Amino acid sequence: MNNSKRFIVSHAPFWHDGSSIFEKNYTIMLAALPALFLGLATYGGLAVGVIALSVSSAIFWELAMNHATKRPITIGDGQAALIGLLFGMMLPVTMPWWAVITGTLVAVVIGKEIFGGIGSNPFNPAALSVAILMVSWKDLFNFDVMLLNYDLGFAMAYPLASLKHFGVESVAHIDPLELLFGRQTGGIGSTFGMGLILGGFFLCLRGFIRWEIPVSFLAGVFFTALMFHIVDPTRFAGPFFHMFTGYTLIGAFFLATDDSSSPVNFIPMLLYGAVGGIMTVLIRNIGVYVDGVVLAILVANLLSPVLDKIRPKAMGKVV
Amino acid sequence: MIKRSFLGFSKSHLSYETISGPPRDPEQVPVPEQAVYIVKAAASLAGQAGLAPGLKVKTGQKLALGGEGGAYALSTVTGKVASVEGYSGDFGNDWTRIVIDVAGDEQADDLFKASADDIDLATAVAFLGPVPGAPSLSALADSEKPIHTIIVNGVDKDLLSVTAQHTATSDIEAVTAGIGVLKKISGVEHIILTVQRDVIPGYGHIGAEAKAVDPIYPAGFPVNIMRDVLGLAVPNGKNPEDLGVCFISVEGVASIGRAVDSDKIPCDKILTLVDRDGTRHLVSARVGTPIAEVFKFFGITVKEKDQIILGGPMTGQAIFSETHPVQPDTDMIIVQDGADIPMASGYPCTNCGDCIRTCPVNVPVNMLVRFLEVGQYEEAADGYDLYSCIECGLCSYVCIAKIPIFQYIKLAKFELDRINTAEAANE
Repeated sequence: MNNSKRFIVSHAPFWHDGSSIFEKNYTIMLAALPALFLGLATYGGLAVGVIALSVSSAIFWELAMNHATKRPITIGDGQAALIGLLFGMMLPVTMPWWAVITGTLVAVVIGKEIFGGIGSNPFNPAALSVAILMVSWKDLFNFDVMLLNYDLGFAMAYPLASLKHFGVESVAHIDPLELLFGRQTGGIGSTFGMGLILGGFFLCLRGFIRWEIPVSFLAGVFFTALMFHIVDPTRFAGPFFHMFTGYTLIGAFFLATDDSSSPVNFIPMLLYGAVGGIMTVLIRNIGVYVDGVVLAILVANLLSPVLDKIRPKAMGKVV
Repeated sequence: MIKRSFLGFSKSHLSYETISGPPRDPEQVPVPEQAVYIVKAAASLAGQAGLAPGLKVKTGQKLALGGEGGAYALSTVTGKVASVEGYSGDFGNDWTRIVIDVAGDEQADDLFKASADDIDLATAVAFLGPVPGAPSLSALADSEKPIHTIIVNGVDKDLLSVTAQHTATSDIEAVTAGIGVLKKISGVEHIILTVQRDVIPGYGHIGAEAKAVDPIYPAGFPVNIMRDVLGLAVPNGKNPEDLGVCFISVEGVASIGRAVDSDKIPCDKILTLVDRDGTRHLVSARVGTPIAEVFKFFGITVKEKDQIILGGPMTGQAIFSETHPVQPDTDMIIVQDGADIPMASGYPCTNCGDCIRTCPVNVPVNMLVRFLEVGQYEEAADGYDLYSCIECGLCSYVCIAKIPIFQYIKLAKFELDRINTAEAANE
């Protein structure tokens, strides 16, 4: 037997469809680029710096955690870069450097690594980090203050803040189409609605994100906002305003669809998305926060494991 | 290897192969110089039955081990027993490997001939168990589970294979004869022949009802056929025999028909051979032919660190030696280039849900694998439908984290089985 050839003996199946976590994360980043590029074009070099710092520090924190916890190096799978990218896209361009680094620290270490790394995070790391920073340093996410020195040729008031503080009339003149094409203030990569929709659509088509979640999320936002608007149009803005402002679109397509913090069965996915959408509008309309998207997503994340108990009966199951 | 399609929006389907064009005759591999048989019983039993090196055997002769089970192989060559030794099978099972040196002149054993004309179930079980196609005759003979329906399965279980399809389309005469014999020996009148939907020729005269099965994997699995053809759900932990349905491969039925018609034990196994570049050959080889002989005949050289797979790409088994023989149930041999072998990873589940969408029987694979990874097999079986799994391998095929889910499932079932056996023994 000694001179015979040695073969590889692995377990069935001997085929694999070729998908990988690496491919998935990089495709999601690719899909985020249209929205990001418009943001970079709008805000210029400073925005490039914020995004670069966000992505690189996120990767650094993951590498540091890999070493600290003596686990395999996982930065190659693109997850840390994706978290950094999405986090950066939600920041105002004037975010101080220490806040960016702290944010990615919170996202990668508290949001993901302490739970056991990829696949174990109960919340979307980027959304969690934005929420924590928003609570800790309120002013950093006050877009009106942060973008005070910018004049980009459109209304420089943050639409959601105007709505909250000055009522529907202050935003009545805003054309939803303008919002959709990024003519609004906000995070670097979260204002160009059309780009986010195209990117999200591309990801749904390719099967990298589950279409049920963004569809039900946006439906939740739309119908809840519509109901508020019908009940009292003088106090509550219309559904299109809510769909195209703040973090709604980046939340629906890029945050809520995070794999490990969202359900996988059909009905739970619809419920999960709907909870996120409904909570978003509830927080915006009757809560204290200006934008409820990240908080709504965290609430939906929290419900995800419970929702996922609703599942089809397995074949041959004897109850 | 079929890759993920660019659009992943809808669930992708893996389709079975369909033979097109006029039927082709399989290429016949010559009789080898040494034939090898693997009997699923311990080698220590061989002595009791007088099976020892030096014993002369004829073609068609039983190579029986002693003991209660009465496990045996059928010699498909004439010659002299060269060795009888222990063989470590799947999951460390204790089996026996018998090697026969082939002699020049072929002589047929006539023990079966005496009872072939007046065949009954006991004779069939005693002589036709390991004929090509490995018909599960002992299931028919089990008096505790009466059988009311026999399904002659003409659908290949795994992808790429055309073995069952070939027999179901090109060997109808033998199949018809076999169905007649089955009816006679078992007394079962309700016999169904399942064939792939695309390849239905006239099956009017064969004495069985012909039913079509969709050519989409895993529709050829017994549990799926039970559901799609008979409308019966097989409960967890049961098999079709418990519901009175017996599955016999179409090739097994053809072998039975041929054996009774010609009074001779059939020796040639039909199999699909797939080379590393995907070239497919339809092969006919004696049961017991070492796989190296099949490769030699087709000019296939297997390199170090390639993989040789018996069975299909989804459910087959890799073997470690070219001396492994063609067995009665070897429907396909695949040579996979070392560079094409997908490697499992140590990544955890990322909860992407691809397995959930692809699982044909709705097993919550994402939850199941979390329990299996840490060895909590009983929790997995109680709460997460481990026993609903039909072992099609689709979850591992689509897993983006490349977790060896299928292997975990097999291991869990094996371990639970062992625990249950040990507990039963202690009581």
